[in-house]
Amino acid sequence: MPRGNTNWHTLSIGVGGKAGLSPGLPKQPNLQIGPGCNMDREQVRRWEGQCIEEQPPACTASCPLHVDARALSVAVAAGDFKKGLALLATAAPLPRILAHVCEHPCESNCRRRDAGDAVAIGLLERACAEFAGSAPAVRPQPRNYKRVAVTGGGLSGVSAAIRLAIRGYAVTLFEAEPRLLDRMRNLAPAVVPAAAIDADLALLAKLGVTVQCEVLISRHAGPLGVDALVAGYDAVYLATGPELFDEKCLGLGRALNGRIRIDPLTLATSLPKVFAGGAQRYAPAPYSAIHSIADGNYAAVSIDRFLQGASLSANRDNQGPYPSRLFVNTTGIAPLPAVPLAPGTHGFTAEEARQEAGRCYPCHCLECVKVCPYLEDYGSHPKSYVRQIYNNESIVMGVRKANRMINSCALCGLCAVVCPEDLNMADVCLDARQGMVRAGKMPPSTHDFALRDMAFSQSEAFALARHQPGFETSRVAFLPGCQLAASSPDHVASGYEHLCKTQPGGVGLIFQCCGAAARWAGNEAMFQEALSTLQAAWDSLGRPRLITACSSCFKSLRENLPHIPIEPLWPHIDLTQISAPSGAGKKLAIHDPCSTRGWSEVEGSARTLLHRLGVETQELNAPGLTTCCGYGGLMMFANPAVADKTVQRRGAQSDVDYVTYCAMCRDRFAHQGKRATHILDLVFGKDKADAAARPDPGFSRRQDNRARLKQTLLRDLWGETEKPMEPTRPVLIPEQLKALLEMSMIVEQDIERTIEHAEQSGDTIEDQATGRRLASLRVACVTYWVEYSEQDGSCVVHDAWSHRMEVR
Amino acid sequence: MGSDSAPAPGPSYVCGKCKKALVPGKVIASYLGSEFPIELWKCPECGKVLVPRELAAGKMLQVEQALEDK
Repeated sequence: MPRGNTNWHTLSIGVGGKAGLSPGLPKQPNLQIGPGCNMDREQVRRWEGQCIEEQPPACTASCPLHVDARALSVAVAAGDFKKGLALLATAAPLPRILAHVCEHPCESNCRRRDAGDAVAIGLLERACAEFAGSAPAVRPQPRNYKRVAVTGGGLSGVSAAIRLAIRGYAVTLFEAEPRLLDRMRNLAPAVVPAAAIDADLALLAKLGVTVQCEVLISRHAGPLGVDALVAGYDAVYLATGPELFDEKCLGLGRALNGRIRIDPLTLATSLPKVFAGGAQRYAPAPYSAIHSIADGNYAAVSIDRFLQGASLSANRDNQGPYPSRLFVNTTGIAPLPAVPLAPGTHGFTAEEARQEAGRCYPCHCLECVKVCPYLEDYGSHPKSYVRQIYNNESIVMGVRKANRMINSCALCGLCAVVCPEDLNMADVCLDARQGMVRAGKMPPSTHDFALRDMAFSQSEAFALARHQPGFETSRVAFLPGCQLAASSPDHVASGYEHLCKTQPGGVGLIFQCCGAAARWAGNEAMFQEALSTLQAAWDSLGRPRLITACSSCFKSLRENLPHIPIEPLWPHIDLTQISAPSGAGKKLAIHDPCSTRGWSEVEGSARTLLHRLGVETQELNAPGLTTCCGYGGLMMFANPAVADKTVQRRGAQSDVDYVTYCAMCRDRFAHQGKRATHILDLVFGKDKADAAARPDPGFSRRQDNRARLKQTLLRDLWGETEKPMEPTRPVLIPEQLKALLEMSMIVEQDIERTIEHAEQSGDTIEDQATGRRLASLRVACVTYWVEYSEQDGSCVVHDAWSHRMEVR
Repeated sequence: MGSDSAPAPGPSYVCGKCKKALVPGKVIASYLGSEFPIELWKCPECGKVLVPRELAAGKMLQVEQALEDK
């Protein structure tokens, strides 16, 4: 093995083709995102909108303050009460008081109610207040010189005062009683302890809020009336309780109940500077602590916007409680009762709180992520992926980090079936791939092997369209599919012989690619060309009805060439004409290829055939929920690790052998060591052969099988002999090396061609120490290197590798 | 190692056509419009370049993939 001593470890990539050598791998240039994205921005927004994972859980959505009760439960379950209190403080300026007096409307919306009692969120909040110690430090914004007056030292007024002081305003808080939060102070200490109230109120002094108690702001005009506040301050928040204002007070517009007319969204009154809320808004409804605090928050937002000259109403649609769209699948979750409060206590112990919080699921949708190893592998959910993909497509200069994510999707559509909003990541990824190809930004190596394999199927080495020997016309034609020919050429020959025997009027034979690989690769031009070639083959046989053994061909034609009649092979198998079908009494689990999703006639006809064969079948999933084998969407080329995980997970669903009717699915299972049978193994296979143990033929054999199948049929059926493409000298590859080459996607045909070229041209490098030769040959965009030696008239291969860079 | 320093002496490889021993020499590696001057073993007569497995499966592959994502 040659070992080059180069300075490549110091190589860096110059952007835009600039050559250079400098330490390290390429550095990320400044990322530039431009307007040239190929994806339709509106479509991207629609896709993002379909994913509901980022919708808040029902507890949060139904809370007037939108407390993140889900995160709070998770924190408490982990014993992190400090984080729980911090979450409360994020939503409410008086977190300890809120924790004790909140009416917790969240609990009536808690999805735990589907499986047991609602999570006792109110008591969890109380536990946070009791066990957290200090609340997180508040960092106010720099002080500005705008003055705000807040009248009323209840929960609403104090909340607004704190929020506005944090925003930097000079706030004066007026309270008629001798102390703030008089209503809270009058509650029993067991309900809300004085220490909790004191701790929350301490923030007022820290923030520099001027508090004036025993100052009754008159509801009439006068020196201590609202008129004076309006004149002396930049904004006023009236949180004075439910009492009626003087009719003549400043001309404030009044509602039918005699109280101030308040805009329900912004809490604005008829006077631009004046906002009002709390009990003045809700009366005569019963007092609500959480709604009072919420109004303080809403008023602070409005006053801040008013003083900044911003819109009062923009982007506040979900300000208060609203129904969440988050879907939570509670099917199969075991019911759990709430942790009971010990008699005579008002709150949980820390341990009880942890236990109770542990009953929170927590609520998520993630229906697609649960069923798809690909979506799971990237650690997030489709809305995030759509955004990453859109950003990836928009990059003008910089690293496109989502390329592999885009190319790893199997395009199988299972996500759309399980998604409550029908979001199909296949649409997203296919659109992105097509855009990448159009823009010349598809990484060339990702799909190169698959597309070259497709080109092989379209080449003279395999492609064929013939009438049945002895016939001038074809009433039907057999389209077995390239991968069945690649995997089980004998079944193709047997299937054709069977159709010739059972179908009257001549049976044509078409070996041609349906273009699925090109479509999956996002190469629309190549896909359309493949369809045209197939159409031409069909035309050349007089447009017969097609019978196919490939579900990808079936889907491809039904969706893209719907004028071509095509049916699955399975109902056309006449078992009375089969010499020794096997399968009777066998117990097999059915794996449907993902390309049959939505095509129940294919799935149904395969089951009928299995039934006729006497197979005892087991279903792996409900109809329409089959999974990919890791080949779909060319996943196995873009992301072999996820493709393997995909087929392994599917293979682990049942201990019994699988039966499928896709050659690629069968071989993918075989490659992972899962025993799997192709349905035609049961029809045409010999009973004594253990078809489920048949190994994956591998890439090299797949090409060889196709070429030999064509040569064999031409010779045996049409009496034609093509010149065999044998190398001038036999090439021997050790089995151990074959496995390595398979992983490197170097097929034996490329090795043979490289050696052939070297032997004929003399273009080699010789290792004088070992007597071995190095041959190299550039095929398409890849340079192959083969290290070999001559032994007894054969070429024995010792190693082979490839690269895409050109070296001169 | 800088771009001007020569590779360490390696095994004795000989060009099959010219029968000359390969020597360290400057070559240009290019991919997707980017070019890099590097040093590899090459034939002093015809310029035939040897790309060893370690390079092809290592640094060269890394650079190819990095360029493909740009």
